[in-house]
This record gives sequence, structure tokens and C-alpha cells, in this order.
Amino acid sequence: MPPSAPGPVPAAVGDDPAALVATPAARSSRSTRRRAARYRLAPLLFVGVNVVLFALFFVWPAITGLWYSFTSYTGVGSAPWVGLANYQKLFADSAFYAAFGRTVVFAAMSVPLVYVLSLSMAVLLTTPHAKGKTVARILFFVPWLISPIVAGVIWRWIFGENFGLVNYLITSLGGSAVPWQSNANLSLVVVAFAGAWGGTAFNMLLFVAALKNVPTSYYEAASLDGASPWQRFRYITLPSIAPTSFIVILLGSLGAMKEYALLQSLNGGGPGTENNLVVQYIFRTGFQQGQIGYASAASFVLMAVLMVIAFAQVLVNRRREA
Amino acid sequence: MALSSLSRPTPAARRAARTRTDASPFRVVSATTLLWLLALLYGFPVLWFVLSSFKPAGDLFSYPLTLLPKTWTVSGYEQAWTSFNFAGYFTNTLIVAVVTTVLTVTASAMTGYALAKYSNWWLKAFFMCILATTMLPTEVILSPSFLVVRDLGLYNHLAGIIVPSIITATGCFMFRQFFTTVPDELLEAARIDGSNELSTFVRVMLPIARPIMVTLAIFSFQWRWNDYIWPLIVLNDPGKFTLQIGIQSIVGAQNVNWSVLLGASVISIVPLVVIYLVFQRYVMNADINAGLKD
Repeated sequence: MPPSAPGPVPAAVGDDPAALVATPAARSSRSTRRRAARYRLAPLLFVGVNVVLFALFFVWPAITGLWYSFTSYTGVGSAPWVGLANYQKLFADSAFYAAFGRTVVFAAMSVPLVYVLSLSMAVLLTTPHAKGKTVARILFFVPWLISPIVAGVIWRWIFGENFGLVNYLITSLGGSAVPWQSNANLSLVVVAFAGAWGGTAFNMLLFVAALKNVPTSYYEAASLDGASPWQRFRYITLPSIAPTSFIVILLGSLGAMKEYALLQSLNGGGPGTENNLVVQYIFRTGFQQGQIGYASAASFVLMAVLMVIAFAQVLVNRRREA
Repeated sequence: MALSSLSRPTPAARRAARTRTDASPFRVVSATTLLWLLALLYGFPVLWFVLSSFKPAGDLFSYPLTLLPKTWTVSGYEQAWTSFNFAGYFTNTLIVAVVTTVLTVTASAMTGYALAKYSNWWLKAFFMCILATTMLPTEVILSPSFLVVRDLGLYNHLAGIIVPSIITATGCFMFRQFFTTVPDELLEAARIDGSNELSTFVRVMLPIARPIMVTLAIFSFQWRWNDYIWPLIVLNDPGKFTLQIGIQSIVGAQNVNWSVLLGASVISIVPLVVIYLVFQRYVMNADINAGLKD
């Protein structure tokens, strides 16, 4: 085989039957070498489009974004270099800290909620004891199909302050109406709730796949040893699905840090800026106030935080497995 | 696999259930009750919402609230369809979702195939780059991506939503994962038969990858149908708005017209629910562990 031939590809074998019985010398003939070149270039045909798109919409924006974060670019005209000024301004901006703090609180509320709900669903859908799983599964899935915008409308409708179903129930039971929308903290709780409602089905799918792979013999042995259902869950199920738990928690926290549409739809980005999460903050400064350079700096700080979160979680996961 | 593969336990699981000492009626009742409580919790908001959309505007806020409309009406739907250029939003969204889905499935299948079946050094490098993008959230590069789209002259065109959405790491991973399980002998046999690389891909490889194609198509359609932030940035002309922007513009109005908003929202849900019901067995069997992003 010519040294330039790519790995597993049998470069010497062509449409000419003679090639199959050819001597080594004949194999490196010009025609087979041309064929080897063709196999080497063939993948270009397959990935060419994606390489171009990838360069245009990931690599180039990432590089220019980093560049803009050191300029005072506004989207038009020149981009004067300002060094670290954007970052200095960012770390002195209390609104940015507030947005980040709220985003962390939001993630801390929504990740455990999604985890518990999606794991419960998956366990119930895979247990042989429960009946009516097909219909339940469809009901679990519909919220996942609904866009964050429409999900926001639904929960805004249910948690409306003067007309919503929840306040109607509270007031008819003798309580007083709760300001679900105008109180920044309460509206964040509603967003977390709505986010969990829409996000569980996908995670449930992951858990179902993981649960199906736990050998039933483990449970049989544990039952014979007299383990209770809780003990079986705690000592067999949870350790077996640990890798999936890790993915659910990782994706959940990264996703929560990037929430935008749901919040926008649930309270129209209000009340005021009190309720901004980080992406709202970036969107507002970049696209509404035209401070592209400043917004880019905020974006890269967000990215750094996301990478730290992902890295920390991978590290914890490694240590636990070791 | 059977449509209800989830709900139907494997023979082994059934045997296990029998041998378990506590497969008592009590467990069946408690598990079923819990399952249905959760299902109702999930289904109720949608049910309440859909039923409310058939109430006349005056009844929406009249106490006491009732689940079923006292008189059924479709005026909210009519208003949504006529007063908001809803037909236009619907068409735009359909164009974006269908075109992007076709292109995404094609590009992802080709890329995944190349990553699985060729071993050039630059392919490995490209694969590492795609892996890296899963760490780079698209939200972070919103402003520079917008500038690229603008400089390409795609601002305020539906193509400005479509083109950047074609590449997805999830899609490439799903296909790569699948094609690595396809024996190399199949590819070699096709080469011996004199088939060129492209026709081997189209005639041999694509047909056996049909389950992955359907799964990714459903995912992609759902992502694009529900997309909000990117269309919001790229589109400016209300005539080009997609459904989600259209709905959000009704939400953002000074006085929310709930009757119209409910109708519009329900209309926007219907296509995805229909697609899901038709293809749910593919979604349920999807190996989504293979690639996780978007």
C-alpha cells in the first residue's frame, strides 16, 4: 500500500478485477494512485458545506466578537480600540452583577426541579407496575413541543394577577391575590416553574434510555436479599444512571444560564430591568443600546462562566467515579 | 421497535416483576396514581389554555372561572388569523422550518458520514472543532453573528435565519454515531462494484440511515419552529415575521388582547403536536445521548 493511502481505505482495490490479484508493484500504478487521491479528497465533498458554514457562523463570529470586546464598536462605522475598558466597566456595573446573581438563582431553582421531575417520570414510565403509560407519555411530551414563547403565554395566563387561575383559587379559598408578575422574585419562581415544565420531557427521554439499560438481575438479587424499593433505587438505580444524571445536570445548568425567550414572554422583560437575566442584559446593551463592544465583553464573561461551570462539573464527576 | 416499546416491559422485566416480592396491588395502584398525578399536572395547563381559547372574550375573565366554555366560539382564532397577518407568520415559519430541516439533515448526514468513514487528519481536527462549539453557546456570539449575516446581505431575509441554522453539532454527532456502526465492508463492496463515493453515500448509506434522518428532521423542525431570539435579531419587516415573533408582538402590546393571543398560540402549537403524534415512536427511540446540543 502506498504510504500516502488513508488508513482503513483499501486504496488498491478498484473497479478493475485485475487489481485484486495484482502484484504490489502494479498496485502502485498511476491509476490506483489517482484513486487513492480521490478517496483522500472525497470527504471534502461531504464536509465542504459544513466547513464553510462553520467558519462563517462560529469561528469568524467568535474571533470578531473577541476583537469587538476590546473596542467601542456600535455596529456602524469604525471600531476604536479601547483595551480592557469594556471589561472594567462591566465589573463595575451593579446591573450586570444583579443579572448574573439572578441567573445563578434561577439555575439553582430550575435544575433540581427538572432533575427530580424528569427522573420521577422516567422511573414511573419504566416500572411494570404503573398503568396507562402511553397516554401519560403523550401528556408529558406536549409541554416540550410548545415553544418557550407560548409556554410563557400559558403560564402568564394561569399566573395572571387579576384574572389568573392560581390567584382565583387562592382568593376563593379566602387568601389574597399574589403579585406573581410585578414582584421580581416571584416572577422568577414562575419562570423556573414554567422552564421545568417545558424542559423535562427531553431529560426524561435520557433517563428512560438509561433505566432500560440497568440489568434486571441486579434488582432480582437485591429483592432476594430483602432490599426495600427505596434501597433498590438508592443503591442500584441511582449509581447505574449516574452518567445520565451528570449530563442532565450539566445541560440543565448551562441551559438555565442562557434563558431568554421564556422570561421575555412571561413578563415582557419587565418589571423594569429588575428581572433581567444575563442574556437579557447582553441583548439590551448590544441590540437596543447599540453597544456591541460592551455586549461582546459581557458575552465572553458569560462564556467563561459557562466553561467554568462545565469544567467544575466534569471534575466533580471524574472524582466521584475514581 | 414497537410503538409502545416504553410501556411494554421486556420479558426479562416482566419476569423480574413477578419474582419481586412486592409486586402487590398496592404498588400497582400507587405507581399508577403517581404517574397520573404527574401527567395531569403536565397536561392541565395546556388543557386549560386550549379550552379557554374557545371562550368568548367577555367570558375569559368572568367569575366564577369554569373549565369548559359556557358558549363555544372560534372568534379568537378568526381575529388572530385576520388582524395579525397570521397566515403570513405561519407561511414564513413553515418555509424556514422545512427548508432548514431539509438542509440540516442533508449536511449533517454528509458530515457525520465523512467523520465516521474517512480518516484524514483534517477531518479529526474538524471533529474537534465541532466538539468545541458545544461549549460555545450561540447566545454568546449573537452580536458578531448578526454582523456576519448583515455583511452577507441576509439581514431581513428568511435566508438569514435559515443559513446559519444549517450546521448543528447534534446532527453531525447523531449521524457519526450511526455510521460508525455500519461495517466498512459495505463501503468497500460498493467501491469494488465501481460505485463512486457520492453514489455509495446516496444509494447505500442514506437509505439505511433513515431512522436517524427522521429523528433529526423532527428535532430540527421543532427547533426552528420554536426559535425566537435569532429570528428576532435578523428580521425587521413585520411581513417577514415568524410565528414566535408574531405571538411575542401581541404579548408586548400595551393592552394584551387575550382572546387573540390564546387563539394565535394554539394555532402555533398544532403543527408540532400533529408531527409528534405521527412520529412519536422515532422520538421515543432516538439515541439522543449521541449528540447533545441546541
